[in-house]
Amino acid sequence: MSEVKKIATRESYGQALTELAEEYSNLVVLDADLAEATKTVIFKKAYPERFFDCGIAECNMMGVAAGLAAAGKIPFASSFAMFAAGRAFEIVRNSIGYPHLNVKIGATHAGISVGEDGATHQCNEDIALMRTIPGMTIINPADAVEAKAAVRAAVEYVGPVYMRFGRLATPVFNDESTYKFEMGKGVTLRDGKDVTIVATGLMVNEALEAAKELEGQGIDARVINIHTIKPLDKEIIQKAAQETGLIITAEEHNIIGGLGSAVTEAVCEATPVPVVRIGVNDEFGYSGPAADLLKKFGLCSENITAKTIEAVKKFK
Amino acid sequence: MDATIKKQLEITALKVRMGIIEGTFNAKSGHPGGSLSISDVLTYLYCVKMNVNPADPDMPERDRLVLSKGHCAPALYSVLSEKGFFPKEELKSLRHIGAMLQGHPCIKIPGVDMSSGSLGQGISVACGMALAGKTDNADYKVYTILGDGELEEGEVWEAAMFAAHNKLDNLVAIVDNNGLQIDGSINDVCSPEPIDEKFAAFGWHVIKTPAHDFDELEKAFDEAEKISSKPVVIIQKSVKGSGVSFMENMCSWHGKAPDKEQYDKAMSELSQRIEELESK
Repeated sequence: MSEVKKIATRESYGQALTELAEEYSNLVVLDADLAEATKTVIFKKAYPERFFDCGIAECNMMGVAAGLAAAGKIPFASSFAMFAAGRAFEIVRNSIGYPHLNVKIGATHAGISVGEDGATHQCNEDIALMRTIPGMTIINPADAVEAKAAVRAAVEYVGPVYMRFGRLATPVFNDESTYKFEMGKGVTLRDGKDVTIVATGLMVNEALEAAKELEGQGIDARVINIHTIKPLDKEIIQKAAQETGLIITAEEHNIIGGLGSAVTEAVCEATPVPVVRIGVNDEFGYSGPAADLLKKFGLCSENITAKTIEAVKKFK
Repeated sequence: MDATIKKQLEITALKVRMGIIEGTFNAKSGHPGGSLSISDVLTYLYCVKMNVNPADPDMPERDRLVLSKGHCAPALYSVLSEKGFFPKEELKSLRHIGAMLQGHPCIKIPGVDMSSGSLGQGISVACGMALAGKTDNADYKVYTILGDGELEEGEVWEAAMFAAHNKLDNLVAIVDNNGLQIDGSINDVCSPEPIDEKFAAFGWHVIKTPAHDFDELEKAFDEAEKISSKPVVIIQKSVKGSGVSFMENMCSWHGKAPDKEQYDKAMSELSQRIEELESK
């Protein structure tokens, strides 16, 4: 068996912007001194006159993006998730969200998998922050193929979009030649009747691995990929709750305010069944290699398998 | 400036002030002090300088204005209603539930180019608009009005750096230097002075002008137009509460509405001045 290809979703971000540039002449890219890391450097090299480095000033960058959008451009404002959603939150809320401007935020280095840089740069709060802004679309792609498609979907959509990308190279499981991205629609990757694992971002691949393991243990797990966290595909989640009676959520984010919260809300509103949330358990991260950190924080197929078995025993 | 034009501008600016009093009185809240101090510059911009069309508020080639000191929305709304962007009657429902005129500028209001109100953000947005104009080789100008207290926000200086770095000579920032903020004199709270030297050090062309004299304002904006390769800041020395005797230079009128008696007094002062000017 050939080895699985691994690509970081941030790579797709830089590539997709460059590929879309010809088609969308009003597309411009902003960065805050992180072009090499966010991969907007790929765009910068191809279209230097449409790339603006704002320096280490994320708040101003978001405001500049708002002004560009108000004047008819499609700006992609890029930084690490910590600074795009965290530091600049109020500017995103008031200067982008409230006037509902056509700004796309490309937030890379999200989650614990930032690795060695440690807690100050490991953003596990961005989904929670962005979810509270009315009219904000949030996309957290599961692999490099989905990430590329998400950038195209974002440029085609009119309105603010927050895109979450990772630093770490992760397995590519979607097939680029057949993949179709539908904003706001969950994807059932595997059917199952005993339990549903709802995952987002790099946890989707882990959920698929866990489902294979669970099958061997006699548990038939459904796996749903939620790439668009807002607006949430409530229908697919409520249907899964009804049909499988138990939900496990998996995300590389604080269990407070992210996918786990969104899914719990949707389930409780219509089809209350137990929901077990797997994510960062309301704590700060620390330095270390990304792969080791993911294991330490239980953001891996082994932990999904264990938690699912535990939940099935408890609730079913 | 031609005497007839000047007289007309002075009359309009007094009517703008009356609109501010009308709006804040009916709202029973709002910010009359800082609104009155920018009445003249807003009147000058919308009646003389800016290419805007009330029949087509979103025309792409228009000049734009971002009211970074968004709490002074009553002044902007009053000028826009004078220009005919919407009926003056709207001022009476300022801040009312279900009304069009929000407490701070909202992009949905005809003639309002950007939602604003959280201080420090408007100048960044104005930079973005100016940058779009530059990349499109468009002719429009972008104006933004900041309070002097607002300069305490760090984002202002991020934007100041950005504007100079990108040579945004289609951007004019106006600092309304009335010297007062909510907690007192700007010099007592956390002084942003020397404002002129700070902007100069950031690479801006600095112009200083008195705020309540249309000849002086014209000189300032004419000078601004001649500057290339640099953004321009016009620091206007203004009087908070300008034009209403009992509000002038009073910090307490920053965010307080006039009661009925004060409303009557202010309106009578302003209408009397209009009568005097008209009879000249």
